[in-house]
Amino acid sequence: MKILVVTEQRQGKWNNASFETLVAAQQIAGAASGTISAVVIGKGVPALAEEVASKNVAEVLLVEHDLLENYTSDGYCVALKQVVEQAKPDLVLFPHTYQVRDFAPELAASLGKGMIGDCVGFRGEEGKLVFVRQMFQGKTAADVVFTGAAPWFASFQSGAFRADLLQAHSSGKAPVNAVKVELKPEQIRTKPLELFKETKSAVDLTQASLIVAIGRGIKAPENIPQAEALAKAIGGEIAASRPICDEGWLPMERQIGSSGQTVAPKLYLALGISGAIQHVVGMKGARTIVAINKDQNAPIFEIADYGIVGDIFEIMPALTEELQKTKG
Amino acid sequence: MNIIVCIKQVPAKDAPLAIAGNWIKEADIGFEMNEPDSYALEEALRLKEKHGGEVVVLSMGPERVKQTIKEALAKGADRGIHITDDAFAQLDPLNSVKALAAAIGKEKHDLVLTGLQSDDHGFGQTGVLLAALLKLPHATIIMQIEVLDGKMKLKRELEAGWFQHIECPLPAVLSIQSGINKVRYATLKGIMAAKKKEIAAITRESLGVTIEPTQKIEKIYVPTKTKKTEFLTGTPKEAAAKLVEKLKFEARVI
Repeated sequence: MKILVVTEQRQGKWNNASFETLVAAQQIAGAASGTISAVVIGKGVPALAEEVASKNVAEVLLVEHDLLENYTSDGYCVALKQVVEQAKPDLVLFPHTYQVRDFAPELAASLGKGMIGDCVGFRGEEGKLVFVRQMFQGKTAADVVFTGAAPWFASFQSGAFRADLLQAHSSGKAPVNAVKVELKPEQIRTKPLELFKETKSAVDLTQASLIVAIGRGIKAPENIPQAEALAKAIGGEIAASRPICDEGWLPMERQIGSSGQTVAPKLYLALGISGAIQHVVGMKGARTIVAINKDQNAPIFEIADYGIVGDIFEIMPALTEELQKTKG
Repeated sequence: MNIIVCIKQVPAKDAPLAIAGNWIKEADIGFEMNEPDSYALEEALRLKEKHGGEVVVLSMGPERVKQTIKEALAKGADRGIHITDDAFAQLDPLNSVKALAAAIGKEKHDLVLTGLQSDDHGFGQTGVLLAALLKLPHATIIMQIEVLDGKMKLKRELEAGWFQHIECPLPAVLSIQSGINKVRYATLKGIMAAKKKEIAAITRESLGVTIEPTQKIEKIYVPTKTKKTEFLTGTPKEAAAKLVEKLKFEARVI
């Protein structure tokens, strides 16, 4: 099986999820006796290609073009379609990043293929590959298989594989082969402008060692002071899942998850958070996770060290009181 | 400006899910508008208020989907299109989008909006695939739309707090990020007005779409736990006391 892994960089800096996907590819290659071609795409990125060549891959395909300096979905689709047609892989893998979500389904469709996106794992079963992804906001897992002829396209969720398991090349370095692609300015219909961050956040949650996070279960903004009192009693920062910030109940800078901050505190206390994938990717690195939720089947309990099934409006004040007692 | 908004009906957020093979048992659970799509609908209504034109909502699925289309009409959409299809839940993204694209192809469209992803399948591919099949430019994870002189300036969300402005010509397809706006509720007047609005029902077959599955969901199941959770029980006070004890002496994090 020939596996093509499309890595991701922006302005010469890696998106580290690329290495996790390379690990996934190495594991699939191991299970299905495959070879890996890693694609590095952009402009002025040979140094990144050399870096990937030191990993256990058969070759690195370096795709460079002036029009690939800044990411555009059109530029990437036109260029990568040519790469797939030349390399003729069976399987094309991507990290499931915002950028990949923006172009990979179109790339697959341009070749008449579908894509299984946001996978968390795979299994080799009787000669076929089964991809595991989440559905219903993480409440269920699903086994998904490709039907029809290769190439198949799939992406892996950030954090699904451990980048530190990436194997180095056994004899030094894999060859870096340049792939020439045809790309014309008129094929790129959108014009990328400046990258920016919103006003600098006053709070850096990545530095907080104790975090109390609230989700939909908080029900109304008037209830937030109860959670804030708990955060104060424990000496931590208050944070939230996306819906709370979407509602404007807490500022966006307090949001944990794929579109917000990724944190790894000593303690993460999740109050009324169901544990949708988009939230979990931002906090599953916490050392100790506590979940309090009225639904005992909430996916957050899958990653929690300690759990209380119950009404957060009863437990929050009780917990605040207990904490004050121990500190006082 | 003629805007088509694709909305999906999904199981209600707190619906208890009973698994049946590769889907869920639909009897006895409630359904609602996919939340990310409600932001796309709101954005369409706001663009119409500013630039005029028509907002058409497009949905696909069994008879129950009509209720969600009615809700969109009550919020202010002008008319609805319902692709009637009982097997929708079994279709892969590409084949679902073939039907949506065929229906959109029959309508005047300056802009097509979708939510970022659905709360059930969560594929998050509809917008991008629509653009591919309709041969339109697209952009995803949009947090702001400004329309000027036949093109748009968009604010795109990237990861880890980064954003990017991009320029995109019209017509185009945009996937809207949740939180872009504050979603309105339907008014009583809106609900009354919706009763007179048209919902055109068309069959997938009549759109001339052939289904060629690219992937198949073999089964769904409750995920295996990666951690062993220790559940603390008792009254709220007892559970809270046990938790503080554990955090202090076992996990040693406070």
